[in-house]
Amino acid sequence: MIEIGLGHYLTLGAIIFSLGTLGIFLNRKNVIVILMSIELILLAVNINLVSFSIYLSDITGQIFTMLILTVAAAEAAIGLAIIVSYYRNKGSIRVEEIDEMKG
Amino acid sequence: MYELKFIIPEIFLSITIFTLLIFGVFKKNSFEIIYRLTILTIFSLILIILTGENQSAKIFSESFVVDKFSLYSKFLILVSCFFVLLISKKYIIDIKNDKFEYPIIILLSILGMFIIVSSNDLILFYLGLELQSLALYILASIDRDNIKSSEAGIKYFVLSALSSGLLLYGCSLVYGFTGSTNFDQIALMTVDFNTGIIFGMVFIIVGLAFKISAVPFHMWSPDVYEGSPTSVTSFFSVVPKIAGVSIFIKFMYLPFREILTEWQYILVFMSIASMILGAVAAIGQKNIKRLMAYSSIGHIGYAIAGIAAGSENGFKSTMVYISIYVVMNIGAFACILLMKRGNKYVEEIDELSGLSKNHPLISLGLLIILFSLAGIPPLAGFFAKFYIFMAVIESEMYTLAIIGLVTTVVSAFYYIRIIKVMYFDDARKPFEKIIDYKIHGPILLSCIILTSFFLYPSFLNEIVSKVSMF
Repeated sequence: MIEIGLGHYLTLGAIIFSLGTLGIFLNRKNVIVILMSIELILLAVNINLVSFSIYLSDITGQIFTMLILTVAAAEAAIGLAIIVSYYRNKGSIRVEEIDEMKG
Repeated sequence: MYELKFIIPEIFLSITIFTLLIFGVFKKNSFEIIYRLTILTIFSLILIILTGENQSAKIFSESFVVDKFSLYSKFLILVSCFFVLLISKKYIIDIKNDKFEYPIIILLSILGMFIIVSSNDLILFYLGLELQSLALYILASIDRDNIKSSEAGIKYFVLSALSSGLLLYGCSLVYGFTGSTNFDQIALMTVDFNTGIIFGMVFIIVGLAFKISAVPFHMWSPDVYEGSPTSVTSFFSVVPKIAGVSIFIKFMYLPFREILTEWQYILVFMSIASMILGAVAAIGQKNIKRLMAYSSIGHIGYAIAGIAAGSENGFKSTMVYISIYVVMNIGAFACILLMKRGNKYVEEIDELSGLSKNHPLISLGLLIILFSLAGIPPLAGFFAKFYIFMAVIESEMYTLAIIGLVTTVVSAFYYIRIIKVMYFDDARKPFEKIIDYKIHGPILLSCIILTSFFLYPSFLNEIVSKVSMF
């Protein structure tokens, strides 16, 4: 059996973080997917913080995580509200159609 | 209880926000009264800050710092917000956007900026940053029946949330490899070289650069500036920049001061790229708000050059630069808010043609402001750039100084093009006559400050030396 240590958790965090970042840039379909990717990035950060917190035996990281969860919820709420108001004007939330302004 | 007296401005601001929100909900058509109360709130906050505690303190287990530097940033934020609100009132009413939430959301973002500039801890910094950003997302899409405004909101939201995520990832790495979220502790731990900390620092710099729209993380700013209502654009181009630049300075000189050689090259690159892009990309622009976006990218490049110098003089010159930048931008946007023809606000540069024949005084004011933005002596914009280049040359970064000077010349081209359009092109139909001392007053004040700055140029320098963190 391999011992699961800090390195494994950090690798997992880094993989999820990269997935989130790639999800934002490669996604050509739907803005909701972008919201999900942002959520993934924040969760990757949470994994990092919690594993560091246990590794360092320091509670600060877990407090930080709780606050990030709260902010993520507020951010998702505002993001959805903006998407709804955009949809009412345009009738579509396809990413490649968000191009009123260019240059 | 002893600690609470240091955060009286923040307490006052949050209580006022809640009171105004409740008041606005219960009273019908309350934009007018809420707007006036907001102006009054900002004015009394300025008084509180000027007359309040003058000693510095670190409170709440050293996570919140009140010192002269943060007080100066708060003062600058409040004064610029005061003028931005003054100039934008007529516009807000004209585009029928006079909802009472508008000034309250601005107050909320001001509260976020207060927390940012006072933070001495990664957690508090992140919370302040999010409070500010969440308010700014709503502001960008406040004109919700306008497709451009909601598109600006969506773009700003996605890119800014991404940058918050990057910044947060950096924060988690810095916390993990130093074992603390406190800025002073981090500074102590970075003395011995550690790759993890460097990684975290790069992510934090990327996140901060996004917020102040430095190249290569500037993509959002032209679209957001163009799409959101002009009153919001004038707020965006001034107030969050002050908070962003001061927290940038704080990060570089406090937690990361021991790894100066590591971040210096990143900042030099960002500064050069911002200056070049700001100068070149603005040349082809037709929309004046888009042009102001590229112009502000260029100006942020000069401000970062001051930080990159890594010396006390560099720090001071950046603070001087951002103070003068605020004066110029408020004046420029006050002029843009006067461009109204036939019940419609126009934004194309060509609409300005022949302005000097119909409105000689306004075009004279815009002329002074544009010359100052281009950095032509003896106006204040010249001294701002002069101090930056002095600091950069003292640190023996000659390449940065030379590229900076060249881009100044290039960027003078597009400012002077607007002046040519105003003075030498055929006159169009005159703009609607707007007589509003709330708009003309700030233009006059900005022109007076810009033209009389050369009489006593070290004035700002002396103030900034007093608030210096060194």
